[in-house]
Amino acid sequence: MAIKTEEMVLNMGPQHPSTHGVLRLELKLDGELITGVTPHIGYLHRCFEKHCEAMTYPQVVPYTDRMDYLAAMYNNFGYVTAVEKLMGIEVPERVEYIRIIMGELQRIASHMVAVGTYGLDIGAFTPFLYLFRDREKILSLFEKTCGARLLYNYMWIGGVSHDLHPDFLRLTKEFIDYFRPNIKELNNLLTFNKIFIERTANVGILPADVAVNYGMTGPNLRASGIKYDLRKDEPYSIYDRFDFDVPIGDGRHGTIGDCWDRYYMRVLEMEESLKIIEQAIEQIPDGDVHSAIPKRIKPPAGSIYHRVENPRGELGYFIISDGSLNPFRVKVRPPSFVSLELMDELCKGHLVADVVAILGSIDIVLGEVDR
Amino acid sequence: MKTPEEIFELLKNKFGEEHITFTNDQAGDPYVTVAPEKFRAAAVYLSRDAEMKFDSLMLLSGVDDANGEKSKDENENEIITGGTLSVYYNLFSLELRHKVTVRVSVPRENPEIESITDIWRTADWHEREAYDMFGIIFKNHPDLRRILMPYDWDAGYPLRKDYQNPEFYHGMKVPY
Repeated sequence: MAIKTEEMVLNMGPQHPSTHGVLRLELKLDGELITGVTPHIGYLHRCFEKHCEAMTYPQVVPYTDRMDYLAAMYNNFGYVTAVEKLMGIEVPERVEYIRIIMGELQRIASHMVAVGTYGLDIGAFTPFLYLFRDREKILSLFEKTCGARLLYNYMWIGGVSHDLHPDFLRLTKEFIDYFRPNIKELNNLLTFNKIFIERTANVGILPADVAVNYGMTGPNLRASGIKYDLRKDEPYSIYDRFDFDVPIGDGRHGTIGDCWDRYYMRVLEMEESLKIIEQAIEQIPDGDVHSAIPKRIKPPAGSIYHRVENPRGELGYFIISDGSLNPFRVKVRPPSFVSLELMDELCKGHLVADVVAILGSIDIVLGEVDR
Repeated sequence: MKTPEEIFELLKNKFGEEHITFTNDQAGDPYVTVAPEKFRAAAVYLSRDAEMKFDSLMLLSGVDDANGEKSKDENENEIITGGTLSVYYNLFSLELRHKVTVRVSVPRENPEIESITDIWRTADWHEREAYDMFGIIFKNHPDLRRILMPYDWDAGYPLRKDYQNPEFYHGMKVPY
């Protein structure tokens, strides 16, 4: 009797622990091998862009929190700097420093979730708990400053909502001293673990030219060996005052641009962020954080595209103003949306178990993909 | 590295004055407007030419210009007829480190633009989103379906300025 084979279609999600949110992946399988992946998104679509058109400019800030809810500070940062650029507002030095400290703390917190849940996807439970314990310390710092732990509405156009808590700088210094050795511990526990390397090295390789053509940015692009970081290459705010490195993937355990490289970029970036925060704490001047907040925010007619280096990559805001109190159009370039597009390219020829490894390594947040 | 003005000059010399215009009298970024019939050729030129080398498409956004004639229908809802829908392309060259914004405007009643997915693969989902939200048709797109809205959403295109929510969707009340 002849054996008949046929292609199988398997649905992964929308409720699945390793899809990091409500995402449905339609996998086409030839036995255990993947021949195609079609992501279906939109389950969290809230029409952010339509809402913006009915809001005034400052009212949009809390909505940006809710896109990438793991890096809410940085979403605020991108939006307020875009509007400030359009209006030509200069913010006080102290505000710039506060924003950078908050932004980099947020980057560490976001990478902790990325790295922790990535371990979880692969089967390592302990690092996840350790990292969430440490992330709690960052969230407490945020809570002490602005009262919120996850969705801050902290950065306002022209300033920030509250000045730093009197103990903030001391506590942040303590956190840095506390967290540095923990990165070493994480490396011993997970990064250089033989089983972890076996699962991630040489999996989901992303060549540099494909990455650029697909618009990949941030740690995912750098893992493919391209030294490109907006904080260095197109410094916004006051990033040009700090001394830090931009790590790139070197294919240490496999090929440049594999899952392990993408994972390791985030570990290295946590250390670089610590360096930036340390320098910012040294340099931060005194001043009033509310002095530059305009009474009426009414940008002149025109359009602007402004981008910042979010923990997940290039976060861009395209804002068109018609000179009224409400934005005419706000369009966001969410880094995860662009990264998710690559799933098909990355997964072809791999096993089903690798889909989980690849999806975790590009680090998506569905709140931002769907907006 | 070239400024948007220089890029505009080169485009104008190549494709003719009547197809390319430059806007820099507004706040924010200046942009180059390209006629839809020349857009495909201009995109190829921008991505391939040794002086341009725009290897990265940062963002593609659809915009409803709302510049048509405004009137009211029988339920006092605003409807717009005529005018244009636009697509803005924010391009960046990683190699030469320059940027440009290209705008293409198409008539609201017949919004058709050539797809550029084969030049910048990232445009695939962005174009689907612009189709989903504005109903702009990208000719030769490999898989032009809705992306964020439900696949069977038939009440129109949500980000158009004259969009009206339907009363019900599959028996569920829509306005909240």
